[in-house]
Amino acid sequence: MITYALFFGFSCFAVGLLLNLFRLAKGPTVADRVLALDTMVINGIAILILYGIAKGTTVYFEAALLFAMVGFISTVAYCRFILRGDIIE
Amino acid sequence: MDFLAELLIAALIVFGGVFGLVGSYGLAKLPDLMTRLHGPTKATTLGVGSVLMASMVFILWDKGTLSVHELLVTIFLLLTAPITANFIAKSFLHRQANPETDLPPTGTECGWASFDVPPDSDDDEPNSLTIPRRNKG
Repeated sequence: MITYALFFGFSCFAVGLLLNLFRLAKGPTVADRVLALDTMVINGIAILILYGIAKGTTVYFEAALLFAMVGFISTVAYCRFILRGDIIE
Repeated sequence: MDFLAELLIAALIVFGGVFGLVGSYGLAKLPDLMTRLHGPTKATTLGVGSVLMASMVFILWDKGTLSVHELLVTIFLLLTAPITANFIAKSFLHRQANPETDLPPTGTECGWASFDVPPDSDDDEPNSLTIPRRNKG
């Protein structure tokens, strides 16, 4: 049962990543692209965790935590940059 | 017991997958950025949280140890989603060439935050400048 649920979860988040990629390419504003990139990081975390369940290991949690932190920091840095032209004033 | 654990894990994964897909679909489908923000910040965060809960239950059932890492990631994502949404909305609002005409309608009488005064406020001026600061040098 878990195998089929994993297939379903993987396909959902993979289609989600494709939809995010569409928004990343189409724009139209810079904020849209930042938002699409942020969502791609979140979907990537979900796929990483699903892969960890499929393999039955716990080594991907640290990677997921790092992904979450780097994604947040990069989104905030990018927003500050396009808003103020500088990250740390 | 095994069946119940498998059912719980599978249900959490399917729930998370559906919500993640709905969030990403909203990001691709909705008409302007202020509505597009709703999909990723609410639906996708809930979906990822659900997948992380599934992973926690799976490790508890498979290895017999309680893993707190997922809880950490979930709390971190739930804390940071509104912050990033606010940052993206702010940078969108303040990058408009003409804030009077280019911004999408708010759906209420009051305009967007930092461009208009809330109706029940004592101030008679918005908190920040109407002209985006990048134009000032």
